[in-house]
Amino acid sequence: MVTEVFSSELPIDERLTIKKNRIKGGNSEKRFCIVTGTHGDELEGQYVCFLLSQFLQEHIDDVDGVIDIYPALNPLGIDSITRGIPNFDLDMNRIFPGDPRGAMAETAANAIYNDLLGAEMVIDIHASNIFLREIPQVRINVKNADLLVPYGKELNVDFIWIHEAATVLESTLAHSLNSVGTPCLVVEMGVGMRITRHYGTSLVNGILQLLKSLGFYRGEVDIENKEQFVSTQGEVEFLNAGCSGVFIPSIDNNQWMKKGEKIGMIVNALEGNVLETVVSPCDGLVFTLRAYPIVYEGSLMARIFKKN
Amino acid sequence: MEKKIIFRMNSPYRDDFRITGFEFGVGEKTVAIVGAMRGDEIQQQYVCAQIVKRLMKIENDGKIDKGCKILVIPNANPFSMNLEKRFWSMDNTDINRMFPGYDKGETTQRIAAALFDTLKNYTYGIQLASFYMPGEFVPHVRMLDTGYQDTADAKFFELPYIYVRKPRPYDSTMLNYNWQIWNTFAFSIYSGLTNQLNTDLAEETIHAIFRFMNSKRIVTDLQRHGYVSEIVTDDNHVVVQSKKAGIYTKLVSANHAVEKGDLLARIIDPYNGDTLDEILSPCKGIVFFAHYRPLVLEDTIIFRIIEVK
Ligand SMILES: [Zn+2]
Repeated sequence: MVTEVFSSELPIDERLTIKKNRIKGGNSEKRFCIVTGTHGDELEGQYVCFLLSQFLQEHIDDVDGVIDIYPALNPLGIDSITRGIPNFDLDMNRIFPGDPRGAMAETAANAIYNDLLGAEMVIDIHASNIFLREIPQVRINVKNADLLVPYGKELNVDFIWIHEAATVLESTLAHSLNSVGTPCLVVEMGVGMRITRHYGTSLVNGILQLLKSLGFYRGEVDIENKEQFVSTQGEVEFLNAGCSGVFIPSIDNNQWMKKGEKIGMIVNALEGNVLETVVSPCDGLVFTLRAYPIVYEGSLMARIFKKN
Repeated sequence: MEKKIIFRMNSPYRDDFRITGFEFGVGEKTVAIVGAMRGDEIQQQYVCAQIVKRLMKIENDGKIDKGCKILVIPNANPFSMNLEKRFWSMDNTDINRMFPGYDKGETTQRIAAALFDTLKNYTYGIQLASFYMPGEFVPHVRMLDTGYQDTADAKFFELPYIYVRKPRPYDSTMLNYNWQIWNTFAFSIYSGLTNQLNTDLAEETIHAIFRFMNSKRIVTDLQRHGYVSEIVTDDNHVVVQSKKAGIYTKLVSANHAVEKGDLLARIIDPYNGDTLDEILSPCKGIVFFAHYRPLVLEDTIIFRIIEVK
């Protein structure tokens, strides 16, 4: 059943509505939420929401509990290929838990936050940005690692990145929920403005596995065995551009590299020369690779997981 | 005066990105003034340009105090201003959300790092700032309530208000906050509109900055007196929000005195011109902030009124 989570009037004959689809089976009132589309330029979650919604409705007899799917937390951003909320030039994932007495962006954030509170689990699906391509990964604040890492592993992702706590991240949706005891896992995968189908199917299987282990689903789950890495088993190295130019990668994302092996080059298209050969700083797995070719000095080119 | 390139970076297809600073006087790092950090802060850039012009004359007249160095950076982000974009042209990041910066990080983190490296260790830091919502403010000094803020010194600007605000998580990445953490007395000055130029309001800001430097005996340049500043916090503000979306016509501006029940603005039906809502003042006070764009959404903060009891 589709319902409104938040609604607000726009100036000219239009309402902004944030909707969710509630899929309910069995007798349990326990709730599991999938949210995506906080960043309007990240679309990988669209395919996940579609597949999951379709699958669960077809297998409703195997469902026990409430599964709420929120495919578009920032509808105006998705409509206009805008990362933030267009009218405010504001990153929606920096204003949670919002404010019921604030401006529209804040009241919307607050309505979403209140709607999610108390769920058994919230999965917040992100798709990097238009600049970087990511392998499927779960990102967890070190403060919540003990609780969340076991759930994260169920999601069938390749990598679990436990990151430092930072003040600026305190206003994310995940942090706001986790800090009041509603567990929230952040998935990052793929690239902005595109859908990577095999990542979508793999994450849906992971979500079904987690649903099964939390008692929301009792059907079959199709999971291939793969090695999962947790960032605490090694270190994450950042590789930033040393100069400005056009980046031409020589590898695909998700490859194990040897130290010194070529990842790509930064070239000058006007003069036809190579400005920088980008090489791996260590032996490790390239789990983030630049997707947008134009780079400035400092642009992130790759992130490499170096296993201990 | 010494003109310095504080940061330079080449671009695939544009001219080199350059941040230019102007140093006056010799000696201790005393005052740093930063203008535009976003591409629409033209008022802020203009104010700095006027300050550079006046300081050149004051320096030639030998009226900068011995042992004081003043740095002015009129624009820390000329690339965005040249494209008329608010944030960094390629990835839409905000340099003022990157402090204290990271010299091995992303492009705008590197810009922030280079800026902060130059700006830190000054005794006083003045930033000409702008608000993310479109509107006009009564000129004021804004300070974050970090425990390090110094409202006594802020009074030397003699602007009508000193607004002390509780920091939010994202404030920890702003220049003002990091200045304070690094023991610089930091002041953000809000005046005028974003993306527009109001030379009268700019004059007020310039007077205020010279009043401050004169009171602190950094320059000798007597200015006429300003206001006895009133300190306000969020507790003094009455927020007025729109209950309807539509076309917005306002009847009062920032700095207007209003009585309880005064008509402040109307929201008009965009199809038939009917009045959808009349916004009345909830209290007696001074309009501190007024939204100015012609359209409003539901719940838009259209006025902030400082209540007068
Ligand atoms: Zn995102």
